[in-house]
Amino acid sequence: MRFYEFEAKALLGQAGVPVAKGGTATTSDEAARIAASVGGEVVLKSQVLSGGRMKAGGVKFAATPDEARAAAEHILKLEIGGQMPRCVLIDSKQPVKKEYYAGVIYDAVAKLPVAIFSDMGGIDIEEVAEKNPEHVARVHFSTFQPLQEFKFKELVASLGISGNELNQISRIIARLAKAFLTYGLTLAEINPLAQLEDGSFIALDSHCDMEEEAREQQSAVLDELGIGREETRLARPPTEFEIRGAEVDASDHRGVAGRVVEFDGNLGCVIGAGGGSLTIFDALRKHGGKPANYCEIGGNPSVKKTCELTKLILSKPGVEKICVIMNVVSNTRVDIVARGVIKGVIESGYDPAEKIAIFRIPGSWEEEGYKILEKFGVDYADRTVPMSEAARRAVEKVKA
Amino acid sequence: MTQASGSGMFIRVEVDEPVASDAAAAKQLAGVCPVDIFEASESGVTIVDKNLDECILCGLCLAVGPAGAVRVAKLYDAGALLVAAV
Repeated sequence: MRFYEFEAKALLGQAGVPVAKGGTATTSDEAARIAASVGGEVVLKSQVLSGGRMKAGGVKFAATPDEARAAAEHILKLEIGGQMPRCVLIDSKQPVKKEYYAGVIYDAVAKLPVAIFSDMGGIDIEEVAEKNPEHVARVHFSTFQPLQEFKFKELVASLGISGNELNQISRIIARLAKAFLTYGLTLAEINPLAQLEDGSFIALDSHCDMEEEAREQQSAVLDELGIGREETRLARPPTEFEIRGAEVDASDHRGVAGRVVEFDGNLGCVIGAGGGSLTIFDALRKHGGKPANYCEIGGNPSVKKTCELTKLILSKPGVEKICVIMNVVSNTRVDIVARGVIKGVIESGYDPAEKIAIFRIPGSWEEEGYKILEKFGVDYADRTVPMSEAARRAVEKVKA
Repeated sequence: MTQASGSGMFIRVEVDEPVASDAAAAKQLAGVCPVDIFEASESGVTIVDKNLDECILCGLCLAVGPAGAVRVAKLYDAGALLVAAV
């Protein structure tokens, strides 16, 4: 779940990261009042969940409250990336000497959070990592052990920073890491982390994403920020296909059969099982396949629910075949999924033998499931066939 | 003599007399079925067609009434009858 900059600023501010004095406004008069109370020159920033604000004219500077009023009026009416701003953030303008980057993300390969630091801030860290990798340093840290600030000192020192600057920056990164762990974040980023003319450091722009599953645990924080449960804060609004997928999933309490994400490929995916969806999706792409969707099934969904999901996927224009692949299942019945998928294919007006590229779900009640698949002439694979191989076969069939 | 029956794409269920028209047996059938294939009324049992394919082959319904009075056939397996667990 994405946070607006003003929310990320509040979260990091609570964690002890130094942030600029300021406030948010939804009207130009309010912006002028905040600018007056902040005093001096201010920067006004559109609050949208989208990048490219500067280029789009969503960031402006103002020397007086009247200029702030005019800038806010412009920004509040400005659509950026298809979004109207939630509000405008007014921060005091800082005398910047140098810009750095500090971030914490989760490294899914190492299964640990990783702190990233660069002495080239203010630009995309991906760009820095590609063009100037020697200016990017990383360090993993534990989610169980207490945070050890020396690790962040080593991180910052590895780019040749020492003395008071080293102490200040590493302390800020330690606080960023603490916020990352405390608030269940998947991203906590300060860019730029600015060194001011007086030598102090301040977060000039920050970005935080919260793990979707952490929302319940973090409900007090979200309430404090005024973020309602109905606010999904996804990277983009759900498509009609995705909304209908969620409706299918919500239609019956039994199991999961929905959570679809739409793509523009030709191979429909009925996939799942304990992270299996991601593995299978990657395998399909690795073998040159073009998935039409991502989805998750599991937990023994009803026949009706699986049927409706299958029909939804087959209703998507351009879907030539579907693949039904899961890891070895223990809490989902193979025969029930087989019934649902075959029923969905038939009710969509297709022949299961033609439309199902491969069915590879081994596990609970598989003998009964295989009888069903044989009856309808569906090509299936048992547990001796790895998921990756099943994915390859599905891709080959679509290509053929 | 079959009194109540219904077929889905995968499952067929039949209930013979006198179980089918017995209100108490109908209530039992409706009570034991985890996927609501049976609906009970004073006049007996009705098969809910839309739920037939949800049958999880638990066999609980087979124990209602005399042996063989309730039958669950697997249409995908040449009509093989579900056998009651001992």
